Amino acid sequence: MTTLPVVKPVSPAPAAAAAVKKVNIIGLERTDYKGADSTLCAGCGHDSIASQIITACYEVGLSPERLIKFSGIGCSSKSPAYFMSRSFGINTLHGRMATVATGALTANHKLNGIGVSGDGDTGSIGLGNFKHMLRRNVHMVYIIENNGVYGLTKGQFSATADVGQELKHAGRNELPPIDLCLEALAADCGFVARGFAGDPKQVVALIKAALSHRGTAVLDIISPCVTFNNKDESTKSYAWGKANDERINDFTFVAPQVEITAEFEPGESKEVELHDGSRILLKRLDQGHNPTDRYAAMTLLQQAREKQMFITGLIYVDSSRESLAEHENLGDVPLARLPNEKLRPSKDTLQKIMASMA
Amino acid sequence: MSIAEVNTEPQAGQTAERPLIVDDFSISVATKNGSGSQTANTTLLRALFKMGIPVSGKNVFPSNIQGMPTWYTIRVSKDNYIGRRLHAEIVVAMNPATALEDHQLVEPGGVFMYADDIKIPLNRSDLSYYPIPVKKIASENETDPKLRSYVANMVYVGALAQLLNINLSDIEGALLYHFRGKRKPVDSNMKVVRLSAEWVKANLPKTDPFIVSKLNLTDGLIMIDGNTAAGLGAIYGGVTFAAWYPITPATGVADALNEYLPRLRIDPVTKAPTYAIIQAEDELAALGMVIGAGWAGVRSMTSTSGPGISLMAEFTGYGYFADIPAVIWDVQRMGPSTGMPTKVSQGDIIPAHYLGHGDGRHPCLIPGSVYECFEFGWRAFDVAERLQTPVFVLSDLDLGMNQWMTKPFDYPEEPINRGKVLTAEDLKKLGIGGYKRYRDVDGDGVAWRTLPGTDHPAAAYFTRGTGHNDEAKLSERTDDWEKSMARLARKFETARSIVPAPIVDQVEDAEVGIIAYGSTDAPIVEARSMLAEAGIKTSYMRVRALPLSHAVKAFVAAHKRTYIVEMNSDAQMCQLVRLDMPELATAVRPCNHNDGMPLTAVWISGAITDKEKSK
Ligand SMILES: Cc1ncc(C[n+]2csc(CCOP(=O)(O)OP(=O)(O)O)c2C)c(N)n1
Ligand code: SF4
Ligand SMILES: [Mg+2]
Repeated sequence: MTTLPVVKPVSPAPAAAAAVKKVNIIGLERTDYKGADSTLCAGCGHDSIASQIITACYEVGLSPERLIKFSGIGCSSKSPAYFMSRSFGINTLHGRMATVATGALTANHKLNGIGVSGDGDTGSIGLGNFKHMLRRNVHMVYIIENNGVYGLTKGQFSATADVGQELKHAGRNELPPIDLCLEALAADCGFVARGFAGDPKQVVALIKAALSHRGTAVLDIISPCVTFNNKDESTKSYAWGKANDERINDFTFVAPQVEITAEFEPGESKEVELHDGSRILLKRLDQGHNPTDRYAAMTLLQQAREKQMFITGLIYVDSSRESLAEHENLGDVPLARLPNEKLRPSKDTLQKIMASMA
Repeated sequence: MSIAEVNTEPQAGQTAERPLIVDDFSISVATKNGSGSQTANTTLLRALFKMGIPVSGKNVFPSNIQGMPTWYTIRVSKDNYIGRRLHAEIVVAMNPATALEDHQLVEPGGVFMYADDIKIPLNRSDLSYYPIPVKKIASENETDPKLRSYVANMVYVGALAQLLNINLSDIEGALLYHFRGKRKPVDSNMKVVRLSAEWVKANLPKTDPFIVSKLNLTDGLIMIDGNTAAGLGAIYGGVTFAAWYPITPATGVADALNEYLPRLRIDPVTKAPTYAIIQAEDELAALGMVIGAGWAGVRSMTSTSGPGISLMAEFTGYGYFADIPAVIWDVQRMGPSTGMPTKVSQGDIIPAHYLGHGDGRHPCLIPGSVYECFEFGWRAFDVAERLQTPVFVLSDLDLGMNQWMTKPFDYPEEPINRGKVLTAEDLKKLGIGGYKRYRDVDGDGVAWRTLPGTDHPAAAYFTRGTGHNDEAKLSERTDDWEKSMARLARKFETARSIVPAPIVDQVEDAEVGIIAYGSTDAPIVEARSMLAEAGIKTSYMRVRALPLSHAVKAFVAAHKRTYIVEMNSDAQMCQLVRLDMPELATAVRPCNHNDGMPLTAVWISGAITDKEKSK
């Protein structure tokens, strides 16, 4: 049976180190999760998300050496350089992160993956590859830093721009937006969430839960582009987000083996178990959205799209579908760690094949 | 002679006076696509092979599933010439739609065997005519109308066996091979073959001079197509990840991986596969996955043809700039987009070599036989990982999809060479700051790399297609860019000595040199003896890779004129050779032809003879 990487740390922190400096459960400091200095515009939503990724990985105790960072091309796709320098990273081609990640995480299915893409990168040039990756259910967190615009090429419309969105040079968008959460759901993605870069707490919680999902977890995070699309009327701006953010649920992520302390009244909460034994505790289910109901998730997204409602939270979760590595039945030793003698079949096997062709 | 009126009496001027022609002729079978004639044709081919007679078979087929004309040609050659011949001495006409033309194209003095319901004027006095009651024999033996056309094909197998003297036991052996030892289909097919042979024996006196006779020239050889050889080669090279998208004529490579990997790469203890194959959503994604897997440290490959190659351009350029190994197996076919997808060409030489954006030249291995399809199958991974770059293998439709005789493949003698990879242990020894991903410590343009998951805080680096310095850090500094490009240029020079060297037959005092590559080897061998008979001595260099070896220049310099024989319209290799040695450019002459069919020895020797006249 194929086993996927778990975020759960292997050994607890050395006590001595813990006494001196603030460290996480594997004994690393927050600075061990740092990246290079950002070159993005001051105030860019993408930078805020990068620091939430750092927080989430630090807090769950993910070993930087056990993570691969992926991205496509765009301002957003630059950001893997700005978090976790001790992790391998690969800044691929525009729209092609999904394909490279599929190969790399099949080659080594014991590593965790976090991908950062943009709305242009995923919603336009890479839409096909994105959906095929979801169909295969590659085990990784797929973050879309969605600003409704092409930042790096200076302000063209992206396919997620809402009807009526106006840009300085491009004018007014009249075409219906592509909702990447809906697309993900349609492609049988088992973890679909939307966040807002202006709500760091929720982003951290979503990333933590996403890391424990089995297969691809899609996080569509509205991430304002302060340079090209941050006018108050824009549905992708900070102001709009702050004023209109409607949380569809509150939840707490509970790491494996951690006891649930009574935060919720009994009957008020729902528990969803993720593949590595961690759980999501959902609050206020009676009034809100039930993220284990796929049709409800689709309806919710469709309504929000029609009414331009800014909903955030966990939209859909179902960890039951096997990931690509499991589907391929990969063994305990990652393909990339097979010794040479396992790569080349023996001489007699070739001789037998040759004899059969005489 | 009138329509379908056949003289089965021995004709004057035929057997009576003509000497027998033994083991030296071509057969062409004209059928309809999708009629199941492949079993019959490959059975004939293998039966002749089993009789020890050198053979080659070529399937000339349309891009169609059912109904369009298809020809299968078999060359029988005691002299071991296995290139294509333009026309056949023996034509089997099973397709009414092409019978008229098939009839015209029979070599003078040849044989026209035809299904007796085909009505065309049989007006050549030089031919032997054999009408075969194909429908009658087929319907007497097969009640299921769906299977009747398959059975019908066995009728001509039996008829040819009788007329040409092919051993029925060898036909049975060939059928056993085809049906993998399953008795039932073999028996039902053999029944038709025997009945047909008996009918011919009883009703059609032989009037032609062609027969086969057992030889021992195929002892110890096997027969295989180049795509299966490629798949097997890759497997013995340790292929661990493959991503592909269906395309003729390359699909057979993935088919071979899918057939043999489950038998050869299952961990004996855990029973888990030690490989993964993904059918991608397109070729772009296929190479993206392969690049991702190669970067993460497995031997990874894709297989495709021209249209797929164009979709792979951006990733190839990326792999080149970011130093990522990958093997791209290109089974070349004719032309753009759908072009002539079932016809052969060597048209991807320049496109593959230069694929990408901006600067960049990629190593290309060019197998000239199915044996080399196997050998380059495993070698390509060593080359790709030693050089840390995308490597192409340029096969073609003729090599890839047709059956060829070959000596059995030799198990790789060299151990697997995974190139420069640093482990966590190595990093510990190197100490802080000791490892820089793109630093050319050895001066050969290839830097040391680490693999994701290496458990050391200094192992990681950030890969990008963007400008970077030797620490893999983003850099748009002009000097860093120049340094990167200079390193890649050194790597290209390193590649020259790593890729397979040319094979040379240098003939003393020959003024004329021939340079060729790939599947044209077979007709060139024959063309050289034709040229020699006509008084033109030639040396021959078969190039097996790009970048070109320094030996190419020496070869050109040693001859007054060197003809570059190839199957494309732009004389692509000729351009590359001239680029490599501008001072010798006038001695390098194009000799290219591109009509979708494998070159013939007659065309090559004719073209060189003509060019020599007007030198
Ligand atoms: C094949 C290709 N086409 C076009 C580009 C140019 N390009 C770079 S980034 C980009 C758009 C990025 O937009 P998005 O993904 O939304 O990222 P953002 O910059 O907004 O974060 C484009 C079109 C490219 N790099 N490659
Ligand atoms: S242009 Fe927009 S997306 Fe790009 S860095 Fe600046 S604010 Fe961020
Ligand atoms: Mg954008």
